[in-house]
Amino acid sequence: MRLLRLKPGHGEIVLAEGDVEIPEQERELIEAFRRELDAGMWAAVPTETSGGKREAELVKSFAEVPRDADRVIFFPRAAGGAPGTSL
Amino acid sequence: MWLALGTTALVLLVLVWELARPRLRGALARWREAAAERRLQAAQSGYDPGRERRAEQRARALLRSCVDEDAWEMYRDLGFLRVWGGLGDRGHGASYAYLIYPHKPIVAYLPQTGELLNEYCVAFPDHSRPYGSARLPDSDDVLAKWMALTADERHLIAEANMHLPGRQVDPERVRRDLLRLAGWERQRVGRADSLPAA
Repeated sequence: MRLLRLKPGHGEIVLAEGDVEIPEQERELIEAFRRELDAGMWAAVPTETSGGKREAELVKSFAEVPRDADRVIFFPRAAGGAPGTSL
Repeated sequence: MWLALGTTALVLLVLVWELARPRLRGALARWREAAAERRLQAAQSGYDPGRERRAEQRARALLRSCVDEDAWEMYRDLGFLRVWGGLGDRGHGASYAYLIYPHKPIVAYLPQTGELLNEYCVAFPDHSRPYGSARLPDSDDVLAKWMALTADERHLIAEANMHLPGRQVDPERVRRDLLRLAGWERQRVGRADSLPAA
């Protein structure tokens, strides 16, 4: 599993990478996951329905991430924009 | 006679050059100053066009890996994504849809009539401002909107500032985009029909 973060001026960066079945690596993934949530990020897991349609799922804890997910994408939380701001 | 004319032309050229030289020098100096000023501003703001281009390329690759192939082709060809509203697709009775533009409000509309419903103004500012900007690359902004909409439409819409159509996105532009989208979809259907059955 890879934890990615969308970043201005860069695109995505890899925050952590590991196998959730290996306890030590899972612990590192959980720590990196918590750090991003504490920093106010939203976390989404790209998924695919049984019909093959691609969607995403927002998760609020590492326990909600499907064990077979290959990546979690962090991005800044949504804020209502206003005219003339950074929209 | 030709010699005299040639000499006169040469003298004239030299005179014009001598008259114009101070002005040209001044213009060149001003152009150099302006270029240095631009470079200085770019260095101070951290803006680097090459880095931004590479960031956008990465963002496009990530977006492509997350959305359906059709959706990716729509974005690649038209510059926006359509997402069906109501957590369903049109076949399951979605009565409205959204257009996602990079760094512009999400526009809700009725696919049956093309009527524009609302603009949902939403941004994903990164307050850590790496490289001096809080703005995600265009395709990352589209991806963030797409993930938030498909995962939790109600939540995203609640976070957004809602306005009537035309507040920030020109309604004429959206109508033109809807026509482009209809044409794009017709073309794809036509292409699929003309393919030999497997």
